[in-house]
Amino acid sequence: MSSGKTSSAVETGLTHLAVSLRGVTKTYDNGVMALGPFDLAVRKGEFISLLGPSGCGKSTVLRLIAELSAPSSGIVRVARHEGEVQPGHGIGFVFQEPTLMPWTSVRENVRLPLKLASVPKAEARARADAALASVGLADFADSFPRELSGGMKMRVSLARALVTDPDILLMDEPFAALDEITRFRLNNDLLALWRTLGKTVIFVTHSVFESVYLSQRVVVMTARPGRIQADIRIETVEPRGEAFRTSAAYSDYCRKVSAALAPSYQGQSTL
Amino acid sequence: MSAQADVTAKPQGAQRAMRLVLPVIVFAAGLIAWELVVRIKGIPPYVLPAPSVIVLTLIKDWAVLSQSLATTLLTTLEGFVAASIGGIALALLFNQSKWVEYSLFPYAIVLQVTPVIAIAPLLLIYLEQQTAVVVCAFIVAFFPVLSNTTLGLNSVDRNLAGLFQLYGASRPQTLRFLKLPAALPYILGGLRIAGGLSLIGAVVAEIAAGTAGAGSGLAYRIAESGYRLNIPRMFAALLLLSLAGIVIYGVLALVSHLVLRRWHESALGKEN
Repeated sequence: MSSGKTSSAVETGLTHLAVSLRGVTKTYDNGVMALGPFDLAVRKGEFISLLGPSGCGKSTVLRLIAELSAPSSGIVRVARHEGEVQPGHGIGFVFQEPTLMPWTSVRENVRLPLKLASVPKAEARARADAALASVGLADFADSFPRELSGGMKMRVSLARALVTDPDILLMDEPFAALDEITRFRLNNDLLALWRTLGKTVIFVTHSVFESVYLSQRVVVMTARPGRIQADIRIETVEPRGEAFRTSAAYSDYCRKVSAALAPSYQGQSTL
Repeated sequence: MSAQADVTAKPQGAQRAMRLVLPVIVFAAGLIAWELVVRIKGIPPYVLPAPSVIVLTLIKDWAVLSQSLATTLLTTLEGFVAASIGGIALALLFNQSKWVEYSLFPYAIVLQVTPVIAIAPLLLIYLEQQTAVVVCAFIVAFFPVLSNTTLGLNSVDRNLAGLFQLYGASRPQTLRFLKLPAALPYILGGLRIAGGLSLIGAVVAEIAAGTAGAGSGLAYRIAESGYRLNIPRMFAALLLLSLAGIVIYGVLALVSHLVLRRWHESALGKEN
């Protein structure tokens, strides 16, 4: 299945694309149409945000890309490494919740994807420690998840997603439950990681400000069934930092994105 | 800060001490009252033995009683081990296949709701006595292990299950690294109940067997002493059974605490 996708992507000359969805729809068993038809092309190394109201199918898009669920119709293509044997290795997933195993240490949590792929223990340990160091948690490898704060747990979750060195990082409202200061700091850290590691990031959020701050492209979605309402490119001086957050350009973009998002909330104003 | 901590620590420590001291005081007061009533009223030992007489009987009959205690404990242990292995194995089987669960679960319930005291005489006809007693202990004790383990295996965090799926975990890997650890607190809870229940099962079967003839467990001693109006020995055997139950519960609770202390809410101190 996955190798077939790779070859067809190569054949059609789409090698610069990391992910492409064409005419994708998703209808759940209870008859609710969650998505589509939905078209999206993400270039390798791009940082894009999916922005939309709750229940518009943002998370569904991520689950389809991760092959955690299958589309009802349409094609989902994900570029993969050559010689990649096991599915999922090219993809790292950060959930809305930290989703850590409470019964084991932080290091073991980060090592999990490697353990499941039967990577030798010594190598897996070293890579887990390196991933923890990259998110600034080198000193907490032996702690248990319950001993960490919410922001630290999210960092562990991020380290676990990075430990397989995936090409694509899928993030499903990862910082939604954190306080604003922690969220800003994690935003900056995520941008720094993205610049050094050069991964493709697809970031789901319902915060206009977060999406504009982080991404090169903001894809605004309609209410259910989710379609693309607008595709806005955010162009600014890289690397971004706190200065961008307070600049006039930033507020202009926020206004523009908010305006694009407004129709998605029409009819919900009474809520 | 530290002064504040001291202030709060003191009443807490005192409260903890009182939780140990108060039951002991009640126990001692009860014993003294019992002893006094028996002595003042001159109640004969075959009606109600004084605590001192019970303790003396325990020492005097220690050879017989300790033998019986060992027998009962061995039966309990065998029943407990069988119930633990059987209950967990059956729950794992149910978890792997819904069809097996639908086919067998009703019978597990039937076995659980039928009073074991009514099954014991039948088992004693078909099985060798020692086997029948162990089977009784098993029947009483396995259901809480089965139902708790099933509950635990079904309580896995959905996102974690998705994560395992994303990384292509095989079924054995998912079982070993996700389902079993997630179910562990539930399994340990089931074992804690099963420990006490296997003692009950063993005693019930021993009493049923005792009336049929041979036997040497503590329950048999109680029945036998009853026929001989050896009331002090009945009390002594009862005391040993009670202590055995307390020790079994304590050991299992300790094991559970040691296994879960680093991560599970149930084993964490309140201050965390």
